Amino acid sequence: MDKNELINDQTKGMTPIVKTIVRFAMGIIVIFGAYIVLYGHLTPGGGFAGGVILACGYIILTLAFGKELALGKLSNTGASILDNSGALLFVSIGLLGYLGGVFFLNFLPKGRMFDLVSAGTIPLCNIAIGLKVTASVFAVFIALSIFGRFIYEQIGEDQNEE
Amino acid sequence: MILYFLSLVLLVMGLYCLIAKKNIVKKIIGITITEYSINLFLVLLGYRQGGVAPILLKGMKSGEIVEHAVDPLPQALVLTSIVIGLGVLALMVSMCLRIYEKYKTFDMSEINRLRG
Amino acid sequence: MEIFLLLLLAFMIIGSLVAIETKNLLSSVISVGVVGFSLSIAFLMLGAPDIAITQVVVEILILVILIRATITTDNTAIEGGRDTFPFVSSLIFFGLFLIFAWFAIQELPRFGEPLMRVSDHYLRTGAEKTGATNIVTSVLLDFRGYDTVGEATVLFTSIVGAFVILRRRGRKKAGEEDHEKFGILEDDDIKKTFEGF
Repeated sequence: MDKNELINDQTKGMTPIVKTIVRFAMGIIVIFGAYIVLYGHLTPGGGFAGGVILACGYIILTLAFGKELALGKLSNTGASILDNSGALLFVSIGLLGYLGGVFFLNFLPKGRMFDLVSAGTIPLCNIAIGLKVTASVFAVFIALSIFGRFIYEQIGEDQNEE
Repeated sequence: MILYFLSLVLLVMGLYCLIAKKNIVKKIIGITITEYSINLFLVLLGYRQGGVAPILLKGMKSGEIVEHAVDPLPQALVLTSIVIGLGVLALMVSMCLRIYEKYKTFDMSEINRLRG
Repeated sequence: MEIFLLLLLAFMIIGSLVAIETKNLLSSVISVGVVGFSLSIAFLMLGAPDIAITQVVVEILILVILIRATITTDNTAIEGGRDTFPFVSSLIFFGLFLIFAWFAIQELPRFGEPLMRVSDHYLRTGAEKTGATNIVTSVLLDFRGYDTVGEATVLFTSIVGAFVILRRRGRKKAGEEDHEKFGILEDDDIKKTFEGF
């Protein structure tokens, strides 16, 4: 019942056709973004491209359903925590390289080529960068869209005062 | 060589847009075009005639790729540069929104005169 | 191959000319989008699939952010004439720059025969030393990992800067308190977590 209410609520978001398709397509976008992040050491891609694709998934959710639903799934506080932890994880992987002698040494076992679990610390670094970029881009988009309402309210107040 | 020259023409056009236009959003567009041209120039430097992408496939020995692959080093640099361009653009647009809120216009010559 | 790249570059130059000269802001933003997408096709032709994927998605985000800046005002047209001094001086200076650049480009190695002195070592020993088959990722995260740390720092700093600029500190009327919190870590539940420290 809750989903039907969300879809048929005409006051916020877009028309029901767009909402139905976005519900279906967002799962595919998230899976695709996670695939590009995880297989970054075997196929083209990596942390940056995959992180931006995941953020685009959240943005399309915001555009279709309105701001409240998207902020319910990943709030401002949650986004900033995720962002900071991604950056800290990345730097701590680099500092752990001092176990081997130099900064940013690849100290985990390398494994066989063409496996998913191989290449030492490279998949872990990709995951950390993916988290960081997703949270950053989504937070900036929410900040830009919330700020716009603030401008319109202020201009409205100024015109009312004059 | 003509390809290098054309990418430098694109750079010059972006810089002209940054200097000679008065609207702030046009200046931001000029910076974006300049960034595109520089990324293109770096990747053009590393191209090898008849080359393949530097990714090993199954069944390829490691020695085979040394003779046919394109240069992977400029590609790593350009990958960082594209994402940095996105972050800097977010910062510029947020400053632009603040300027609009304070001066109610996007025109640089008016903002120079107002000096709120 | 080179003819196709020449056509793409000519298309990009025409697109950016439209983006610079048109009077409607929305059209120039869309023209920048066209330039970006044809750039990603050029990257694919030049043997760089990593960069092509990244350029397509970043281009979409650039369009979203720029349109957000454009629709702030109600009218999207630009008025105003053209100042003569910046226009003429920039044309003269850039003309000189292009003339000297033409002579400087002749010193570069020919297009299609790069001087791969360092990359030779990376291509030869990259797969065994790091275990990753994507050599661009192994250069980015293992051979040159320090540059990636620097880039993560720059991205983090610019996003934090955008947050701070867009913080919602409205004008306070007399006697009114500031209820709105938008800053990083200004929520009450986080404050309670760190109260004991």
